Amino acid sequence: MASISFQNVTKSFGDFNAVSNASFEINDGEFICLLGPSGCGKTTSLRMIAGLETPTSGRIYIGDKDVTGLHPRDRKISMVFQDYALYPHMNISQNISYPLKVRGENEATRGERAQEVADVLKIGHLLDRLPAQISGGQQQRTSLARALVNPSQVYLFDEPLSNLDAKLRLEARGFLHHLQHSMGMTSVYVTHDQAEAMALATRVAVMDQGRIVQFATPMEIYRKPATTFVANFVGNPPMNLLPVEAMVEDNSLKVKADGLEVVALPMHKSFAEAVAINPNITLGVRPEHLRATAEEENVVRGKLFANENMGAEKLVTIERPDAARFTARIFTDDDIILSEDVALGFSSQHISLFDADGNRLALDNE
Amino acid sequence: MTLSFQQILSRISFSVLAALIGICFALPLIWFLFAPFNARAELGLEIPSPFTLKNFFTVFENTFAMRGLLNSFIQSIGGVVLVGFAATLAAYALSRSDIPGKKSITYLLLLFSSVVSGSAAMVPIFLIVSKLGLIDTHVAVILVFAGGLLPTAMFILRDFIDGIPKSYEESAMVAGASSMQAFRDVALPVIRPGIVVVVVWAFVNIWGSFLIPFILLRSDELMPASVAIYSFYSEAGTPIVTLLAAYALIYSFPVISLYLFVNWKFGFRFFGGIKA
Repeated sequence: MASISFQNVTKSFGDFNAVSNASFEINDGEFICLLGPSGCGKTTSLRMIAGLETPTSGRIYIGDKDVTGLHPRDRKISMVFQDYALYPHMNISQNISYPLKVRGENEATRGERAQEVADVLKIGHLLDRLPAQISGGQQQRTSLARALVNPSQVYLFDEPLSNLDAKLRLEARGFLHHLQHSMGMTSVYVTHDQAEAMALATRVAVMDQGRIVQFATPMEIYRKPATTFVANFVGNPPMNLLPVEAMVEDNSLKVKADGLEVVALPMHKSFAEAVAINPNITLGVRPEHLRATAEEENVVRGKLFANENMGAEKLVTIERPDAARFTARIFTDDDIILSEDVALGFSSQHISLFDADGNRLALDNE
Repeated sequence: MTLSFQQILSRISFSVLAALIGICFALPLIWFLFAPFNARAELGLEIPSPFTLKNFFTVFENTFAMRGLLNSFIQSIGGVVLVGFAATLAAYALSRSDIPGKKSITYLLLLFSSVVSGSAAMVPIFLIVSKLGLIDTHVAVILVFAGGLLPTAMFILRDFIDGIPKSYEESAMVAGASSMQAFRDVALPVIRPGIVVVVVWAFVNIWGSFLIPFILLRSDELMPASVAIYSFYSEAGTPIVTLLAAYALIYSFPVISLYLFVNWKFGFRFFGGIKA
């Protein structure tokens, strides 16, 4: 196992910067998720660690070694591909043991190791089959087995679960989490699924347009999203964002918007600074922090737009006068009856504020 | 279901028309199968009676014709090996590398190839081959065919390789293979169906061609079967139908068996290990 270090890495394709001046450190044994929408540079970053792309500028280290220009085979890495890339002419055993074959292991050892790893992944009975003769979930585990068969410094995953159906994906996700915890392998995992990133990662790097927007633990990203982009990307459904007008009054902050009633908020230094520059800020509340209420304060009002039953919870969406929508995730066993006009209540400790540029306003004690 | 009179009529006329067209195509083939076994075969279709192999024995005694078949094999296999080998490597490079302008290179070559192997270029080709001192050698025929067929072969193969995900080789390289090993262990077996198609196509092309060997070769010992077939014409220029038919059947045998062999061994099919 080893650490990974990006130092001012930029990768351009023609005029397009896939990754712009990225610098970060991944510690030994960490499970890092690169999270972002398609085209944000997450896969390019992973491929640069693998050596399948060469940075336009900057250096990449694995452990203490500068690997920036090194051929993939000299990097002591393993990788699981999104399309699995199983060799169609080799059977499962040969597929799994291919990394040992190119490293000159003899055939007996290769067979043994393939059997061992395959047994752990519960595909031990399929070793004589060809990839085309096994199911999608089994193909996925075969590609995982191929990555695990040879001890590596770093394990790379390129959206390995995106081709599985929903149920298998949850199962495979749990297995990956268990595996990483028991082996403590340094892993970098690319995904556009925020739930996967939250579930698996020790730290998440949220990327947007080639830049890392926030690099923090899943809980911090969930509780203190650095920007409105992160707030809007993480969470299911994502955080509700509402443009408000703010003013400072009696050492407290008042925010105003149509249909919104918020008690004055305790003052923080960053609030005062941001409002002094531009009073048009954004207020954010997570759907799970909203509830149907009859109270008069700390509520947001609107017309009922949708009421979706998800089993354990309900997703209640209201439409506000400015056509913006607010979604609440309400956990209750009772059937809630909603009239046309709905008020959703929240507690002021669950509010996030973002300045006019979309950056989160920190509290004094942070 | 009842059909109206008009529908019945149109079905009948369609079937009759289809049958007539079918017969037009089938007749020469039936002649081709029957005539070799008929001691008195003529251009008309006739069921052999008695059924005989005499024509074949006469053909086997014609050393020039038999030598022609061997020469055809030498030239076809030489050409096929050269085209298959060079086209695979070139197409792989053109598909996978980042050479600027690689698209236009392929199209340019393709354009010129139709000129090069065509009869319009026969004079310059003859002059070049003669300057190289290769007139009247197998090598000359093999090189000219390879030059003519390569661009198209490269084009077909490059398209085929473009359709194969890069992640096959990438996963091999990450697993510890050198670029060469990744090509040999992973890419080559996956590309093989495409190579087989190109090889069969090149073989058929060389095996059946007449003009190029006829112009580049002089001595009887080097002439391929397509030229040697003229030994079954009388001096007055009329064909000896019996022997010609027998020889034609022998001549077509390698091509037919190549198709059957490839279909049995590889099948013109494809299988994948990529999850789309």
